[in-house]
Amino acid sequence: MKHELNAILTIAYRDVTKFLRDRPRIVISFIFPMLFIGILGGSLQANLGQQAGFNFLAFVFTGVLAQVLFQSTASGVISLVEDREQDFSQAIFIAPVSRYSIITGKILGETLVSLAQAVGVVVFGLIVGTPLSFLQLLAFIPIAIIVCLLGGAFGILVLANLGTQRRANQVFPLVIFPQFFLAGVFNPITSLPLPLLILSRMAPLTYGVDLMRGVYYGLAPGPAAPVLHHPLTNLLVIALLFTVFLTIGTWLFVRNERNR
Amino acid sequence: MQAAIEVQNLTKRYRNATINAVDGVSFSVEPGALFALLGPNGAGKTTTLSILTTTLTKTSGSVVISGHDIDREAKAVRRAIGVVFQQPSLDLNLTAEENVRLHAILYGLYPFRPAYKMMPLAYQQRIIELATVLGIEKELFKPIKTFSGGMRRKLEIIRDLLHHPKILFLDEPTTGLDPLSRKNLWEYLRHVRAAEHTTIFLTTHYLEEAENAERVCVINRGRIRALGTPATIKGDLVEEYLLLDAKDRRALRTELVHLAIDFSTQDDTPLRIALGRQSAPQIIQQIRTPLSLLTIHSPSLEEAYLEMVGREEVDGTLEIETPLPASIA
Repeated sequence: MKHELNAILTIAYRDVTKFLRDRPRIVISFIFPMLFIGILGGSLQANLGQQAGFNFLAFVFTGVLAQVLFQSTASGVISLVEDREQDFSQAIFIAPVSRYSIITGKILGETLVSLAQAVGVVVFGLIVGTPLSFLQLLAFIPIAIIVCLLGGAFGILVLANLGTQRRANQVFPLVIFPQFFLAGVFNPITSLPLPLLILSRMAPLTYGVDLMRGVYYGLAPGPAAPVLHHPLTNLLVIALLFTVFLTIGTWLFVRNERNR
Repeated sequence: MQAAIEVQNLTKRYRNATINAVDGVSFSVEPGALFALLGPNGAGKTTTLSILTTTLTKTSGSVVISGHDIDREAKAVRRAIGVVFQQPSLDLNLTAEENVRLHAILYGLYPFRPAYKMMPLAYQQRIIELATVLGIEKELFKPIKTFSGGMRRKLEIIRDLLHHPKILFLDEPTTGLDPLSRKNLWEYLRHVRAAEHTTIFLTTHYLEEAENAERVCVINRGRIRALGTPATIKGDLVEEYLLLDAKDRRALRTELVHLAIDFSTQDDTPLRIALGRQSAPQIIQQIRTPLSLLTIHSPSLEEAYLEMVGREEVDGTLEIETPLPASIA
């Protein structure tokens, strides 16, 4: 048991260290959030903010923050298939360590990596003038971890169904990018045609974004942006999705991993 | 004595494949032996190795590693083996020490600590020892990406020996290394075998490496083509013979007929005498005719291998028992 815990910490430590040593990766991980918040959030606020009746910059900021946490953790977990054929990951798979520990360590590590990226996003958000109180920042910490865990569990589910790196590269953008719009990262999703509404409610990221926003506006003075559900409802749905994704994903992954 | 590796009737068919990548392979490896699995690319070497190292499930057959069944006791198998992969398994952005540390903790040798200085003293001493063996005391805390290919390979092997595995699997370990690095690596492996009595399971397509092995298993298209010591494989596959010639070839022929020594020849070629019943010195001693040519043709493993693999490309099957047609006959 103690050995497995050491293994989980080691696998997580490796992910964080690799991220912190990889300067190009750090820089790249900030480019998109900066563009989204700075340009999309900034210009929407300047042009539409008055009519919308709520702060558009904060709207995009909270959406992008949740999206970064979700996507980064999911893609990090999926990298388990990408680099199973190279570097130290090969050695992880032949170590006398339970597959469950490998998955747990990977989700933990990628959660920490995502949180490090989120710090950068928050700092940038403050620089461009997103209204953020200390209380809101404090509340973001547990919410951020929850969104990461959802992303990690989603990543495992995707990973378990992918055999090769090539397939992962094909499938991942397909399951991630539509969620940007379906989950309303940049756009309110209050009035959608029925087919898109169904898809939107199916996208796991929807609940992460809505939770982040619900907490933000709940703690903010002034007019609130339209949110879909009460934060507690979002939490419940996330807890449910997390459990289902993780259970099915882990089961499939352990079953398929050696069975090629 | 219990075999280090016992493989019986191992078969693997990949999902959606129509032929078996490994097809009814059986062999066993004695503890402490150097065993070489030799074959061309795509012969089934890496598939076999992946199954033996528990990263791939087999379709049928049985595999016992160091007394543990690979399906029922995968964890015990993993604990008993070390694997050096074909692709380097080091994190280039991590330091040599970090790469070793990750491995040591995953094998339960030491508890997790986030920095070298916080690790137990026993670990720190071991690391310094290893660094001295490798001669990388100065580079120990530098990222691996600054290391040469040969150095990285050696570090991997040292790392994989940290938990004292009973069996070390090496998947084409010298591919991509220059001749000097390759030679150094082999010297180091010889030292490891002498010091730790580690069983070594090697896959390779370099014949001179297989020639060092106690036992060689040649596979092609998923099937065993030959299994035995390098000497027996050579003996089975390529005939050893003597080539003789004399200025007075007719006299030599007459003498050989008289001595009842079988030979084959064509009109204008030297006489070829298969070595089997009599050794080369025994034959030469009997001959009185002055010779103008005397060569002993002793086949290399390479010839045996090319004979096997090459012939298979032509007719698809191979029967090792059948003596080779003498090409000069």
